[in-house]
Amino acid sequence: MAEAALDHTIDRSRMKVTDEVAIQISGMNKWYGTFHVLRDINMSVMKGERIVICGPSGSGKSTLIRCINRLEEHQQGTIIVDGTELTSDLKNIDIVRSEVGMVFQHFNLFPHLTILENLTLAPIWVRKVPKKEADETAMYFLQKVKIPEQAHKYPGQLSGGQQQRVAIARSLCMKPRIMLFDEPTSALDPEMIKEVLDTMISLAEEGMTMICVTHEMGFAQAVANRVIFMDQGQIVEQNAPREFFNNPKSDRTKLFLSQILGH
Amino acid sequence: MEDASYVRSEMLPAQSPPASETGIVHWVRANLLSSVGNIVLTLAAIYVIYLIAATIGPWLYRSVWNAGSLQECRAIIEANFGPGKSGACFAVIAQRWEQIVFGFYPRELYWRPTLTLVLMLVALGPILFAWVPRQVLWFSITFPAVAFWLLWGGTVWLPVMIVAGFVLGYVAFRVVSELNGLAGVVAAAVVPVLWWLFLCGPASDVLQSILPIALRELGSDQFGGFLLSTVIGISGIVFSLPIGILLALGRQSDLLIVKTFCVCFIEGFRGVPLITLLFVASLLLNYFLPPGTTFDVILRVIIMVTIFAAAYIAEVVRGGLAALPRGQYEAADSLGLDYWKAQRLIIMPQALKISIPGIVGTFIGLFKDTTLVSFISLSDPMQIVSSIRANTEWNGIYWELFMFVGLLFFIFCFSMSRYSMYLERKLKTDHR
Repeated sequence: MAEAALDHTIDRSRMKVTDEVAIQISGMNKWYGTFHVLRDINMSVMKGERIVICGPSGSGKSTLIRCINRLEEHQQGTIIVDGTELTSDLKNIDIVRSEVGMVFQHFNLFPHLTILENLTLAPIWVRKVPKKEADETAMYFLQKVKIPEQAHKYPGQLSGGQQQRVAIARSLCMKPRIMLFDEPTSALDPEMIKEVLDTMISLAEEGMTMICVTHEMGFAQAVANRVIFMDQGQIVEQNAPREFFNNPKSDRTKLFLSQILGH
Repeated sequence: MEDASYVRSEMLPAQSPPASETGIVHWVRANLLSSVGNIVLTLAAIYVIYLIAATIGPWLYRSVWNAGSLQECRAIIEANFGPGKSGACFAVIAQRWEQIVFGFYPRELYWRPTLTLVLMLVALGPILFAWVPRQVLWFSITFPAVAFWLLWGGTVWLPVMIVAGFVLGYVAFRVVSELNGLAGVVAAAVVPVLWWLFLCGPASDVLQSILPIALRELGSDQFGGFLLSTVIGISGIVFSLPIGILLALGRQSDLLIVKTFCVCFIEGFRGVPLITLLFVASLLLNYFLPPGTTFDVILRVIIMVTIFAAAYIAEVVRGGLAALPRGQYEAADSLGLDYWKAQRLIIMPQALKISIPGIVGTFIGLFKDTTLVSFISLSDPMQIVSSIRANTEWNGIYWELFMFVGLLFFIFCFSMSRYSMYLERKLKTDHR
């Protein structure tokens, strides 16, 4: 699993972490009913950072990144994305969502639209881009994820890996400044994981700010500049990948790493 | 022990299936004669088909299309085929079909409902088929007003002024929503209602006195037969779909008052038989309206039928909405689409596609239920059939008339059913 991404020689020339804050989360708490799912989350993400969040299932990592574009509502603390604070103000939510792209575990392509229509829908209806221009942008990004020949097919005709690459292209068509990945390879066959990871790596090489919830530790070692480990709704440990994997500090992290890397 | 290693040296090409698995012989064997039990059933079915054909065939063969009364029919059949033979007497349909189709509409004005039907087919074109030019949609939007004017007659300015109410509502929305979004919606609702209540009638009177254009005015008592069923049925179908969709969305809303209203509306009207609603329409509604208002009985029935069908459609559409994975909403949200755009572009196209069989089923039911209006003394086709049979010339005839009415309904309902299947095939993009 880990090797999939490692055989790739990575061009680090444009992977630069700046000192400009992209996302600032402070004192954030979230409950599902009475269940305290996220506890006192504090983190800041700089522009150009590539962060991998890992942790056991139910640790709140998906919920955390879904709070960043308000698919989930937080109840306490503040989340500021690119200078816009997320509150119940719909205008702010719309601003943030148009800046932040998201890729889901189950792709969530629109099955009643062709690939091209999937890609052009939001630019046309949200950004008011003329159709011709939107088509050109869509083809450019399909080219980038290496499936331009599928443009006029429907999502149901594509393999899982292709669908996920379309989903990435669909987010990119909105020209986001930040990309969120919610377990993008968990629903894929092993043969298809690599093609999706390659797409994500090339995105990282272009300097995109990325937050990925994933268990692909090879990907984390290759492109992440920071790995965050979560358990029971809290950030337990975070470090640069080399330190994180070779020299984990907390016992919980050690246990987790021994379980996913040990076999 | 056998050696476990094995390496395939060449891959096998695909082959066509053996001849015994394809072709007509295989089909007959598999579907008609696959076992002793099935052979017996096949033979029994053939015998039953033979019996039915042997009874109906000669009856249809001996049919008479030209006669003045049932006695005359029987005399012709006896003269042609010998005494004691019976045959179909379709002469009654040849003589009375206009009455069954048009009710009491004056004969010299039959062109008006006929023209309305033709225009309706044109108006339906762009809604039902993607290859019809989109510009025709403008005609489709104005068609209800055109149909109203053609069927009921009177001054042309009344329907024009009613349409003007919608235009005013739109203008009010554009102007006021510049200042405040919510006020815009309120203005869009209040301005047209005020217009229709107080200014619409006088304005059309004034225009009529300036430029008189009018067709002969007909009362609702002159509507009957299949024309009546179609007017009520099609209006019910056209108006209940959008209302039903809004009710389904309202029922899922987070806004407590909207949600409560929709739930009460749906459960209330679904829990009551249509016939009681029709009695309310014909008898009770007048008590609630200001004295002196005359409110056309067909219009009242259309409102009730629409409300009734909308409640059913709402539940069918809700089923379609529930079948969509949450990920579709999340993907739409994460791309920055607002609620109405997400509904229009992502959610509804899929939810409605899933609901097509249920929606069309409701429409077919609604269309057939229009025959219930005979209970509030409107003349639906069955009522007209009864009055024809009460006639001395045609006393004692029944099969032929019922077959004709049944055929008319069947043509409509079967077309709807076929269209829904065509639509399902056309919209099938999941390739499962």
